[in-house]
Order: sequence, then C-alpha cells, then structure tokens
Amino acid sequence: MEQFGQEFLNLDVMAKVAPFLLQGLLQTLLLCSFLIPIGLVSGILVMLLTTSPYRLLRWPAIAAVDFFRAFPPLVLLVFVYAGLPFIGLRVPALVAVAVAFLINSASYYGEIYRAGMVSVPKGQREAARSTGLSATQTLLYVTLPQAIRNVLPDLLSNTVELVKLTTLASVISVPELLHSANLARSLTYNSSPLILAAIIYLLLLLPIVRLIARLEHRL
Amino acid sequence: MSSAAAAPVPRYLLEARGVRKSFGTTEVLKSVDLLVEPGKLVFLIGPSGSGKSTLLRCCNRLEEPDGGSIIMDNVDLLSPRTDINAARRQIGMVFQSFNLYPHLTVQKNITLALRKVVGMSTADANARAAEMLALVGLPDKAASYPAQLSGGQQQRIGIARSLALNPKIILMDEPTSALDPELVGSVLAVVKDLRDRGITMVIASHEMNFAREAADKVVFLDGGLVIEHGSAENIFLRPQEERTRRFLAQIRH
Repeated sequence: MEQFGQEFLNLDVMAKVAPFLLQGLLQTLLLCSFLIPIGLVSGILVMLLTTSPYRLLRWPAIAAVDFFRAFPPLVLLVFVYAGLPFIGLRVPALVAVAVAFLINSASYYGEIYRAGMVSVPKGQREAARSTGLSATQTLLYVTLPQAIRNVLPDLLSNTVELVKLTTLASVISVPELLHSANLARSLTYNSSPLILAAIIYLLLLLPIVRLIARLEHRL
Repeated sequence: MSSAAAAPVPRYLLEARGVRKSFGTTEVLKSVDLLVEPGKLVFLIGPSGSGKSTLLRCCNRLEEPDGGSIIMDNVDLLSPRTDINAARRQIGMVFQSFNLYPHLTVQKNITLALRKVVGMSTADANARAAEMLALVGLPDKAASYPAQLSGGQQQRIGIARSLALNPKIILMDEPTSALDPELVGSVLAVVKDLRDRGITMVIASHEMNFAREAADKVVFLDGGLVIEHGSAENIFLRPQEERTRRFLAQIRH
C-alpha cells in the first residue's frame, strides 16, 4: 500500500511537476477556447446542411457527418497532421488538432442540433411564418432557441467529450495537459503526475457534468 | 391584375377561385372557390377531411396550392413576384393548437413580428401588445409564459398575436377544437367582439350554434368541394343539398 502511494499519490512529485502541468492546462484551455465555440457554431451550419430541403446539399452533408462520426478521431488527427504535407500543406501540430477535432465535433454537434430541430413542433414554424417572419428570422428567433433548449444537456455532454478528446493531441506531441503529465511521468519515473492531471480534469469537468444532471432533471 | 391602377373598390377582400391541392394521390381540394367580402365573418363547415383546413392554409400559402388563383386585396398571392412575407402580414392566422412560442413571454409572443417584421421600436411594440391584451381580456398576462395559461387564455393570446399586426383578414383554423368546453365561450366572445369591430374573418369550426348567430356567410365543404354556401339562416334552416342535410343531422346527434 505504501508502494502504491509512492507510485501514484506522491505529493512531493506532484508539487514539483505542478507548474509544468499548469502549462499543459493552459494549452488544453487554449484548444478548448477555440474548439468549443467554433464547434458549437459550425454544428449549426452542419445541421442547416443536413436538414436542407435541397438534396444536392443534404445528401453529401449527411454522408460526411455519418463518415466523420464513425471515423476514429485519432486516425483523423494523424491523417491531417502527417498526411497534409503530402499535398504540400504543412500545418503546425496545434492547427492540425484544431482542424481534425473541429471536423469531428461539428459532426457530433450537428446531429445534436438536428435532433433538437426535429423536436420543435411544425406549428411553431408555421405560426412564425404566418406573421411574416422570414425563414431566417423564424430559425433565429423561434425554432433554433427552442431546439437548443431541448438538447442543452446533450450539447453539454458533447462538450465534455470534446474536452477529453483534446487529450489525443498528445499523440502528435501538442503539449496539452495529458501530454505534459505523461512527459512528467517519464522524467520522474513516477505515475503521480497522471493522477494530478486526472484531478485537474475532474475539477474542470465535474461541475459541467453536475449541471447536465440538473438540466436533465428539470426537463 | 392590371386593373389595380384604376383602383376600384374590390367587391371581395379575399377572392380564391378554383383552388386545387393534392397530398400525394389524395385530392384534398378539387377546385374550390372562396369569396369573402370586407368586414364579413365567413364560416367554413364540413366533416373532418373535407378540406377546410387546407383551404385556409392555402390562403396564406402555408400550403402551396397546385392550381387556381388567390387574390387578397388586389394582391395576387400565387404570383412569384409577390413578396409572401409582406403579404402574410396582412393575413392573420389562428391555429387549432394555438402555436404560441413556449420560450417567450406573452408580450414577446405578440411583439416578435412587430419588432422584426414591421420594425417597430420595443416601446411601441410593447404598447401595442398591451392594447391587444386588453382587447382579448387578458391585460395582466404580459409577463406570463404560455405554459402558465389555460387553453382558452392561450388561444386569446394567439388571436392577440395575429391581431397586433393589424391584418386585413384573420383566418382561424378550428380555434376552439382543442379547448375544454367551459373555455370555448371566452374565445368565441373575443371572436364576436372582433366581428362587431368589422374585422374580416374566415373560421373553420364545428361551433354551429355560434355560426348561426354570428356568421354572415356559411360555406359547406365536403370531399374537397364546396357543396353549398349561403347565409347562416339558409344553410342551417333551409339546406338545399342532401349532403348538407346529412352533415347537419349528424352533428346535431
């Protein structure tokens, strides 16, 4: 038991690597501050495409969304990072992460919004249009706000997933939180940095998870 | 219609002729005429599936008619050059299931189109909403959400919402069918009040007693056709067609 404590819960090691891990946390937060808002907005655009009345827009969009939801995000990331140079596009690791995970998260967010739009009764759109609101105004003021409210727990759940997804960026050596923790582990020959990273993720995500549970209860 | 330049006072505010509409292979409207004079209350009656609802929804193009013509106050509603959003401002619609926006307060339900379509300031729109709420007898409900109201109150808000835009005509699609019997009266009282104010209305409804006392004209539809139309008195007391007689006998039990 003492050995277990030495290996995983070594406070001396944790204190020593904490500043280094905070650097990683900043990188994670930077990624999230880009991925979450852009993902949430592009998810709306994806939903507009997959629910478009025009087949030429709708079918390719549905096919792409299905593909990227089934495709492993890690492979997508490596493909963007290591594959794009072959067509003459060399992108920094951070940009590769942003692009790959944006494609992935926009697909997931898009499907959540679509489910939300389906849950809004047809009469809402009709009432809005009958007062002269345009299709765009109807979306902005009547149907989309209701759709978002109906799927808010799912949007938040997906956001939690997205934050955890950023740990995959460690594979292409982006120094985000998990990557820093793993590096610290190999430098200190001790697993405590990983536990510290886990604690940071928990502190970050537990409030959101709790909020989701409360929202689901309210609905 | 080039005669618009001469600007004669049109006899009909709403002039729908030969309106046809099919859903798949089901022909719901097989060439229907609906003529509404300004200031009149027209009742559409008929069994369910007779096309009343579809006819109303064609009149503001919530459904696209397959054929025919619909002229509203000299505006050809089916012309591709007609700005349908502008035209719809002139055509109020009241729905069977109210269709109030559940995420907005009563006040915002009424002011949304005033602000976003008409371009009124929030203050002006709120004043207009207060005026409409007083008219439908719910002056203290501005801050309520639809879910906090009874069905009858919700429908009166629905009427206030369409009335706020000052439409030339209001179409009502079975406005009391979803209500508990004791709440029907409050909605019909508002309709009666609007009629007395000279507001043109077309109402699809099964409220025959109300039709008899308030309607200027009754149109009986069955199987996608107008079977008979005339004054309330003539339709209810002296129906000429066998199908009309059968329908009226059925709904009187």
